[in-house]
Amino acid sequence: MVFVVDLTGYPAMSMLQLDGVRKEENRPMAKRESPAKDLGTGNSPGVDLARSEASSELLRELVSHLRQNRTQLREEWVGRISETRLLTAMTKEEIFAEATSVYDSYVEALETETFEALQAYARNLSERIIPRGVETHEVVGIVLLLRDVLARSLFAKYQNDFRKLNRILDSYEPAANRIANTVAVGFVQERERVIRQQQEAIRELSTPVLQVRERLLILPIIGVIDPQRARQLTEQLLRGIRTNRAKVVVIDITGVAAMDVTVANHLVQTVEASRLLGATVIVTGLSPEIAQTLVTIGVDLGKMNTVGDLQGGIEQAERLLGYKVVTLAESHQAS
Amino acid sequence: MVPALEIRVSINSDQDIVTARHRGRTLAAELGFSAGDATLIATAISELARNIVTYARKGLITLRAIQGSSRQGITVVASDDGPGIPDIRQAMRDGFSTSGSLGLGLPGVRRLMDDFEISSQPGQGTTVAVKKWKP
Amino acid sequence: MEVPILKQGEVLIATFQAALSDADLNQLRSGLIQQVVKLRSRGVIVDVTAMDVMDSFASRTLREIAHMIRLRGAETVIVGIQPEVAFAMVQLGLTLEGVATALDLEEGLAYLTHKFKNID
Repeated sequence: MVFVVDLTGYPAMSMLQLDGVRKEENRPMAKRESPAKDLGTGNSPGVDLARSEASSELLRELVSHLRQNRTQLREEWVGRISETRLLTAMTKEEIFAEATSVYDSYVEALETETFEALQAYARNLSERIIPRGVETHEVVGIVLLLRDVLARSLFAKYQNDFRKLNRILDSYEPAANRIANTVAVGFVQERERVIRQQQEAIRELSTPVLQVRERLLILPIIGVIDPQRARQLTEQLLRGIRTNRAKVVVIDITGVAAMDVTVANHLVQTVEASRLLGATVIVTGLSPEIAQTLVTIGVDLGKMNTVGDLQGGIEQAERLLGYKVVTLAESHQAS
Repeated sequence: MVPALEIRVSINSDQDIVTARHRGRTLAAELGFSAGDATLIATAISELARNIVTYARKGLITLRAIQGSSRQGITVVASDDGPGIPDIRQAMRDGFSTSGSLGLGLPGVRRLMDDFEISSQPGQGTTVAVKKWKP
Repeated sequence: MEVPILKQGEVLIATFQAALSDADLNQLRSGLIQQVVKLRSRGVIVDVTAMDVMDSFASRTLREIAHMIRLRGAETVIVGIQPEVAFAMVQLGLTLEGVATALDLEEGLAYLTHKFKNID
């Protein structure tokens, strides 16, 4: 699964700018001798412990800053969202409400360093906004915007202490990246699920089981059948037999060009399953090729009820049901 | 929300076959499988449990909800310390012929489910693991 | 588990419940045959509407019931197989070949009545 997010036009902080800031910070550092300099390699456990404590403390500081400035930062974010014209499918009130939840979940994920709650929230959110027509790039876009808004506020706060800013960004960045990823993946998964459901529904609609007379069903099959569609077809037919109390079913495969072994088996299974429900199946429109396929899989065509064309099949079905087939000439004479 | 539970049913008698498939159907329903799929799952469980009773006398059926990359599913594992299957390929043959009531019915179980795995050695028991995914 | 067997004229109607164990099915089989002989029935309807799973053993039992009842000169019809159950059965290759089937009780009775007329 690959998706491309086009960020042109988003006034996001580029990594180059961040890099520039860090290079700036390293120059004065080279002249000074500071214990904080050996953050790179922790040689003794003491230093490691100090570092991890320092970084969790930084994270706490970061989180409390985000919480304290929640109102202002959230407003800024919502402003940027409308500026870049994202989430146009939603109203201002809805955006504000969702923004609040996303902001709080974001900060909570930063604080707890766990992402399950965020993942669950992302799926939940996606379930709500996908029917509204919100697309993947919009969701990814707004999360990146939030990340950007928060990063800029960190810049503003720590602009006089590049060293601290650097360390805070070291804590913030990996977490922020993971958050963006979690939300995006959650959204895409939900979307895939919705698409699968829709495809299923379309397949259902496109295989009609028709009741033409009492106790008689016709199932015309057209085009290419894959195993999934074949299976759906069978289930629909069986349900139809039960609902309509059908005694005879005519399955017309005139419109089917070819059938592989798997689908041919499905056809046989459909005939057998229909019989278990007390219905007789007549197969019409069997081409020589498909007949050959059936013979290949061991079907005794002599035992299968087949008729050349649909009309002939319907007539035979009516005979089986006890209807008398009267021609027009005869009926005229009778009256 | 995926229930993170594992359901185990000891198979010692034919009554346990009924229990196992009932638990399977319940779990399938809880996971949101359609009535049709729940029936397929329960039928597969019934056949696997039946094999245990017939050939190994006793064994275990384990049911679990599973999470794939973008869908949920159910897995059924039938394990026993019975005599094992001497020729798995033979047991899995039968292709599409209608001889489901003979032998182990394993090809039938495979048709009922989406994924099918079997490992068995004579004298070392048998384990069959099957999965069904929610579309 | 007690399975009720109803008598309607020359026809016996046995209603199978869900969750019948193998032992239950075996008991049912012998019980039904006994009743057919005792009451000299001409037809038997086995109603499996409540059976939510039909596996190889249940299928074999039904075939044996039909076979043994035919040896006694009577007809058997299986009714009420659910659509999902029918689908699962054919996946397993259980087709109840040689055994008459009908949609429900009403159809089953119609089938037997028709059969009796033809035999007479």
